[in-house]
Formats: sequence, C-alpha cells, structure tokens
Amino acid sequence: MKNNIYIYILVMAGVTYLIRLLPLTIFRKEIKNRFVRSFLHYMPYVTLSVMTFPAILSATGNVTSSTIGFVAALIIAWIDGNLFKVAIGACGAALISQLIINLI
Amino acid sequence: MNLQEFKSGIHHGIPVGLGYFFVSFTLGIAAKQTGLSSIQAALMSLSIHASAGEFAALGIIAAGAGYWDMALTEIIVNLRYLLMSCSLSQKLSSSMRFFHRFLIAFDITDEIFAVSVSRQGKLNPFFTYGMMVVASPGWVFGTFVGAAAGGILPAVVTGAMSIALYGMFISVVIPSARKDKVIAGIVVVSMLLSGAFALIPVIKDISSGFKIIILTVIISAAAAILFPVKEEESEEAAK
Repeated sequence: MKNNIYIYILVMAGVTYLIRLLPLTIFRKEIKNRFVRSFLHYMPYVTLSVMTFPAILSATGNVTSSTIGFVAALIIAWIDGNLFKVAIGACGAALISQLIINLI
Repeated sequence: MNLQEFKSGIHHGIPVGLGYFFVSFTLGIAAKQTGLSSIQAALMSLSIHASAGEFAALGIIAAGAGYWDMALTEIIVNLRYLLMSCSLSQKLSSSMRFFHRFLIAFDITDEIFAVSVSRQGKLNPFFTYGMMVVASPGWVFGTFVGAAAGGILPAVVTGAMSIALYGMFISVVIPSARKDKVIAGIVVVSMLLSGAFALIPVIKDISSGFKIIILTVIISAAAAILFPVKEEESEEAAK
C-alpha cells in the first residue's frame, strides 16, 4: 500500500458519482423512442440476474452450500419477496448447510 | 405529501438497510484485511455506496496500483449505474430541480434503484431521501463494524453472510418475474448466458464489470426488439 488511501477514495467516489449524476442531469425530458424505453424497462432485471449468477455459486467458498443458499433465496423471494427475509434466509440456509458439510 | 412520501421511503428502506448491514459487514472485513482502518472503510462506504465497486477497489488498493487504474476499474465495475440512471431519469418529473437530481444521484444503488423504478407514477425525491436515510447508515455502519470486529466471527459465518448481497438482487428480480412472463424468461436467459460467459474460453477472461455491461446491452436490446413494451405500459414505467 504505497499510495494514499484518501486519494484512492476521492478518485473512486468522484468517478462513481459522475456515472450516477450525468444521466439524471442530461436526460431531463421523456424519451419517446419505443426501443430505448423498452431497453430501459428490461435492463435492471438483466443486470441484476447477470450479477447474481454464476457469482453466487462461489459466494461462501463452497459450491454446495452456496447453491443451497441460492435455491433458498429463489424460493423465499418467490413466496414473499421481502428483501431482508430473502437475504437472511439465504445466509441461514448457506450457514447451516456449510456447518453440516464441515461435520461430514 | 412530501412528508408522507418520506415516511414511505423510510418504510421501504428498512429491509434494504438491514440487508446492507450484512453485506457491508463482509466488505468491512475485506477492507480490514487490505489494511484500511475502520474509519477509512466507513468513509469509503459513505462516499461510494457500491458493493462491487468497493470490493474491486480493495483489490486495486491491495495491489498498490495507480490512481488511473482505480478510476478505470470503477468506471467499468460501476458502468451499470449509468444505465440505471438513464432508466431512473425517466421516472423523474422534467421540472424537478437540479439539487434534487444531485442528491438522488448520490445514492443510486442496485436496491434503491430497483425500489424507486417500481413505484407508481413519477418519483417523488422525498421517497428516495427516506430510503437513503435508513439504507445509507446500514451500509456505512455495517462496513465500520465489519472492519472493527469482523475478525471475531468464524470464517464459516462470514462466508455464509456473503450470500446476502445476491439474496438482495434475487429479492428484486423474482417478484417481478413472477408477475410478468417476459421478465421471467429474461431472468432465466440472463443467468444462463452469464453462466456460459463464465465457462467459454477467452470470453471467461473478460473482466466481470465488462461482462455485466456486454450481457446487459445484448440481452436488454434483444428483449426490447422481441417484446417492445406497449405504449400504456411504457408510459406507466416512464411516468
């Protein structure tokens, strides 16, 4: 760590803020183009899905317990959808299965 | 009206903040291992509010890479926020004043974005502020506690906790997929293609930030061509 931590933080904060800010200040009118509107409608689901899988399979460091956590999250989200319940349920399922794996 | 929206935002922000606490706890542990103090870790979380971006940044800091490398990595990893902001810009009233736009931009995270776009009609900035005032402390405080005390927890617990981040993504995607068959199909295709991208030689070596962008653009464009949203529907989504 030879560089200054605070400058690192300043650089990453500045870049990330600009990425978030520019579209909000540039696109102030409604976009009429149907393709663009459809694209922006579907985009969040694609991004979140792509970020989840397959990265989630290596989350705990063990494929089996990660997969069990993944499946638990899918089931809880389907039934309830509450963000915190899904997160906690997935963690709990992964933890219990990992403990069992460690015992075996 | 604004107060009511603010309260509603707080209500929606509570589960997000609690979830953030768990995710940022593991981030704090990683920050500590990289050599950051608890205060520095919390400051990083306060000023960036981005899980993947912060994890990637810790890699840069650990490697002692230059500031340009940091800037470039953050652009790649966080480029999805550019798309999210484009989408969110359509939810804002065109007469919304600039300082509201500057404040909202400060905390466009995957989860706050997802809740914001699923609101009916135009987005009242006070709704977002309500979410921010509970979600942000969860994120910052979690990072702090993780860095200060994370070492106490056994690895099996922190390993399990790192699933929380993905659990939050899933909780945003699945309820919409349940209601809308097109979205359900898109979610399945996205995960399958993303899985394929992780296995195919050459492609698998692309950085994960770029993979996210490439897949997002290709799949969203294909969906937009195949299943253009109906006028009323898109108006509702864009209101």
